[in-house]
Amino acid sequence: MSDHGMFGVPGTGDTSGFGGLVRTVANPGSSERPFGSYFDEVADDLERAYPDFAEAIERVVVDRGELTLYVKREKLVDVALVLRDKLLFEMCLGVNGVHYPADTNRELHAVYPLLSMTNNRRIRLEVCVPDSDPHIPSLVEVWAGNNWNERETFDMFGIIFDGHPGLTRILMPDDWRGHPQRKDYPLGGIPVEYKGATVPPPDERRSYR
Amino acid sequence: MSTFTDPYASSRETTEGTVFSVTGGDWDSLITEIGATKEERVVVNMGPQHPSTHGVLRLVLELEGETVKELRCGIGYLHTGIEKNAEFRSWTQGVTFVTRMDYLAPLFNETAYCLGVEKLLGITNDVPERASAIRVMMMEFNRISSHMVALGTGALELGALTPMIFCFREREKVLDIFELISGLRMNMAYIRPGGVAQDLPAGALSKIRETVKELRRDFKDNEKLLIGNTIWMKRTEGIGYLDLAGCTTLGITGPVLRSTGMPWDLRKTEPYSGYENYDFDVITANTSDVYGRFLIRMGELEQSLRIIEQCVAKLETLEGAPVMVADKKIAWPSQLAIGGDGMGNSLEHIRDIMGESMESLIHHFKLVTEGFRVPAGQVYSAVESPRGELGVHLVSDGATKPYRLHFREPSFNNLQATSAMCEGSLIADIIGAVASIDPVMGGVDR
Repeated sequence: MSDHGMFGVPGTGDTSGFGGLVRTVANPGSSERPFGSYFDEVADDLERAYPDFAEAIERVVVDRGELTLYVKREKLVDVALVLRDKLLFEMCLGVNGVHYPADTNRELHAVYPLLSMTNNRRIRLEVCVPDSDPHIPSLVEVWAGNNWNERETFDMFGIIFDGHPGLTRILMPDDWRGHPQRKDYPLGGIPVEYKGATVPPPDERRSYR
Repeated sequence: MSTFTDPYASSRETTEGTVFSVTGGDWDSLITEIGATKEERVVVNMGPQHPSTHGVLRLVLELEGETVKELRCGIGYLHTGIEKNAEFRSWTQGVTFVTRMDYLAPLFNETAYCLGVEKLLGITNDVPERASAIRVMMMEFNRISSHMVALGTGALELGALTPMIFCFREREKVLDIFELISGLRMNMAYIRPGGVAQDLPAGALSKIRETVKELRRDFKDNEKLLIGNTIWMKRTEGIGYLDLAGCTTLGITGPVLRSTGMPWDLRKTEPYSGYENYDFDVITANTSDVYGRFLIRMGELEQSLRIIEQCVAKLETLEGAPVMVADKKIAWPSQLAIGGDGMGNSLEHIRDIMGESMESLIHHFKLVTEGFRVPAGQVYSAVESPRGELGVHLVSDGATKPYRLHFREPSFNNLQATSAMCEGSLIADIIGAVASIDPVMGGVDR
């Protein structure tokens, strides 16, 4: 992904020099062993306790002192059970969606932060699914507290958690259309007139990139 | 169907049975009518506008007599879309949004968010010691003011009026400190990525020391009034029971978790902002009930005062040290000054950018309008708020705005425990159980 210029206007008479800058944004890529900290131990333990490790875990990312395991959705419940029972990640701190429209066939990500109180460790699971088939197995059977969090993620992103006991909207009204926190959902707001000029809604204003 | 007309209690038939609308002052006629339906189970909507549901929380109760058979929460009435809005504002402006989530603990929201931004920027260790000490001190004051509301409103809901008066008297003193330091009593946007918005004003530390003394003296009023009080014990002991297994599976943190005897406090287990340098105890109880949670909150008040005293001592040695990171590409260009109406412009800075240095003006303009860029990636940072683990999941795509901002609100998760705590109990005990969870709907609904 690269951006040209500071605003959304190409080919202006900008003489500041910024207009010609090309900025490349790189997301952190997969990590190789050794991961550092306790992450190697977690990966080893998981590999030992869960023979399908290589097949279930798409990639491992260690970034800014945090471990993220990208899990295939078919294996999510199995991995979660092993993490809870064998690696003692007793607590799941919910699930959060992120929408990446540019990540083709992996547009919707669900992120689960896990906490092991016994070992005082944290890891993160991430599951990526396509927008056209936004199904992820529910983890309510594994961590009951994920109930509301999954409802919220469904409400905001339209990710369908299969097996959830009652997947309904939680924050938005029941008859709301669309999933507000997706990137293709407009921010809304109305143009405001002030002294004859009109101020557009925030997401349509000229802004820096 | 109604045999007489009552302007306040109408009824209508639905496929689910008769629905009564009650607006107060008409219980006699309601009871007469319900008696006629011969239904044993009654579904009652408590809230969203009910004096003892802590804001706009709706509880759907299925009752048999006075016993709660099933309880479900309805939330979302206070959803403001803060997470979405923040995606359209710079990283610094994000503070102004997140401070409004859990409005009783604004400084915790700000700190959790700023720690996340700093982690993304990789400047966690560059935050000046003085800024961290100010953050800790402000957070502990905030813990006191938040617990004061929890205790005061909790007692009020159970019928005790006096503790509420005492609690709000104490809270007022804490809010005065906030006003003195940040210019605002709530929603301060005082803690910023890289440090704090401005240094302590002259005379703040002596005022704080005085206030700590007063608070320690005045906390005793509530202790004398409630601890061991027979009526209070009868309303709280054994009520709202939730054990450790229940807490872990439901993701419950904070005083509710500590009331099971689990000494889990992020200030000890994963210290941030230099908490490892302060001497304090984690208060626990082993009763897993409302009374235990009440005792924990009471105990935490004294621990917060201890931390504040250590902060004051530390801040005295750090007089004149910076309160914002040295990196001029991130640090807010001006330190604000407090005027008569809250936070205001620093005249010295205005003189510099308007009259002396064109480069300073350009720099100020760039940083204030565009903001700083944050390298792409994602982080999770958590702090121990008065209600439990307040986590922030931040995603950056390398721009000057968050790509995604999500708060893991302790109120949101803890409120799920209401059903587990209340089903099978009496209606009157719901009030105590919800009060002991201390949910803040601004945080639940965001």
